[in-house]
Amino acid sequence: MLTLHCPYCGVDADETDLHAGGEAHLKREGPGASDVDFEDYLFMRENPKGVHFERWRHAYGCGKWFLAARCTNTLQVFGTYPAQTLEPPQEIKDKISAARPGWSWGNLT
Amino acid sequence: MKRYSAFAVAKEAMRQHTGWDRAWAKRAPKKKYDVIIVGAGGHGLATAYYLGKNFGITNVAILEKGWLGGGNTGRNTTIIRSNYLQDPSAAIYEKSRSLYETMSQDLNYNVMFSPRGVIMLAQTQHEVRGYKRTAHANALQGVTTEWIDAARVKELCPIMNIDGPRYPVLGGLWQARGGTARHDAVAWGYARACSDMGMDVIQQCEVKAVRQENGKVVGVDTTQGPIDCDKLGMVVAGHSGVLAQMAGFRLPIESVALQALVSEPIKPCMDVVVMANTVHGYMSQSDKGEMVIGGGTDGYNNYTQRGSFHHIEETVRALVETFPMIARLKMLRQWGGIVDVTGDRSPILSKTPVEGVFVNCGWGTGGFKAIPGSGWAMAELMAKGQSPLTDEFSMFRFREGKFIDESVAAGVAH
Repeated sequence: MLTLHCPYCGVDADETDLHAGGEAHLKREGPGASDVDFEDYLFMRENPKGVHFERWRHAYGCGKWFLAARCTNTLQVFGTYPAQTLEPPQEIKDKISAARPGWSWGNLT
Repeated sequence: MKRYSAFAVAKEAMRQHTGWDRAWAKRAPKKKYDVIIVGAGGHGLATAYYLGKNFGITNVAILEKGWLGGGNTGRNTTIIRSNYLQDPSAAIYEKSRSLYETMSQDLNYNVMFSPRGVIMLAQTQHEVRGYKRTAHANALQGVTTEWIDAARVKELCPIMNIDGPRYPVLGGLWQARGGTARHDAVAWGYARACSDMGMDVIQQCEVKAVRQENGKVVGVDTTQGPIDCDKLGMVVAGHSGVLAQMAGFRLPIESVALQALVSEPIKPCMDVVVMANTVHGYMSQSDKGEMVIGGGTDGYNNYTQRGSFHHIEETVRALVETFPMIARLKMLRQWGGIVDVTGDRSPILSKTPVEGVFVNCGWGTGGFKAIPGSGWAMAELMAKGQSPLTDEFSMFRFREGKFIDESVAAGVAH
């Protein structure tokens, strides 16, 4: 079973306590956006076989949203961090680079 | 190709079955093909088959990175139905269901199509309204379905408990001409027919790159070397996003794991397919006697082909209330497949930003039933550049807001 560490309450939460919330670090588009940008925002999700960044909610715990870096191919978890973060912390990026040299995800490397 | 028949079986019985041909030839890839199909699952093989049968295009290779039919074609719960809500869905799924009726004869291969009937249970008032609406829509679309009450559900499937305290059965949407088929045989039958037309079915040949010149596809690089082509069809379900990335474009899909399981074989007790979408469970009995149970998808992206165990627990717990007798069954096997889910839960059969590249994906949790119709439509799209069956299923429909919203009608269970 997938286990993620909640960065708020410090609990190692089982998958059954969590709710998956889809892609992290989405850039929200406003009324002035072009059709293509808005389509990207609404429908074009990152769907990598490998390193992925996601939103999760500790639904049956503290109830807070957080972000996780995970491999969709092996289910390895690289780390979790608070939702109020615009970009993954360097230490998590370093951890990913050690495990998956040359990784990229969206605009991140 | 040696035709399969009762006479042929009798003849071979006289000589220890030494006269059978290989069902499909094992060939090395040629340097160039008119059309390359990536993915030798049901949809890919059906696409190739109808390219040859309907359009005379037989210089075709079907590339498969694993083994033939080893992805979702061999991992589904074999349910065939066409009781969808929206017109474009009804058209392609009904085309598909009707092709299943004559598939064994068309392919000279017994796919064991069994039109035993499919009930979709209504267990909430919301579902009652939804399925009545679908029955009306189906009547307009020429798809034969009917709304039946709880007593009729019980008559069709006596092992069901319709008074369950938590999820009582309030009625159902009944498609008498839906059913099941032998999933492997569908892939094998198409592969045999394709090979017979001179097409090359090449297994253990993984595509590593898509080569382009001036925005047009010219070939692919594979683990068995480079192969040139004029047109490329991507029919790889869960790995569509990976392949699209090689070709330099993105698809509005996400890949998640969907699970199924089977019980130990028991005597015949259920001669219909039952789908319970409120609890995300569906069940039928195979010819071997196993109860075949399909469950829900995981909530997060995943390529591991196994899925989370607690989903099985949820599915079985819910089904036990409706089918009390299965509480004492032992489950034999559980497995997962990676399904490609779009935002509106409808498939994508489309041209792409790369000229000559066509994509057939997004069937999500409901691909098996669509195999022949999908292949028929995709072949027309690839041969003529347009098909009335695929017009609405463009990958660009999301930008235009032209959704084919089946998530309400079909839920997770397809």
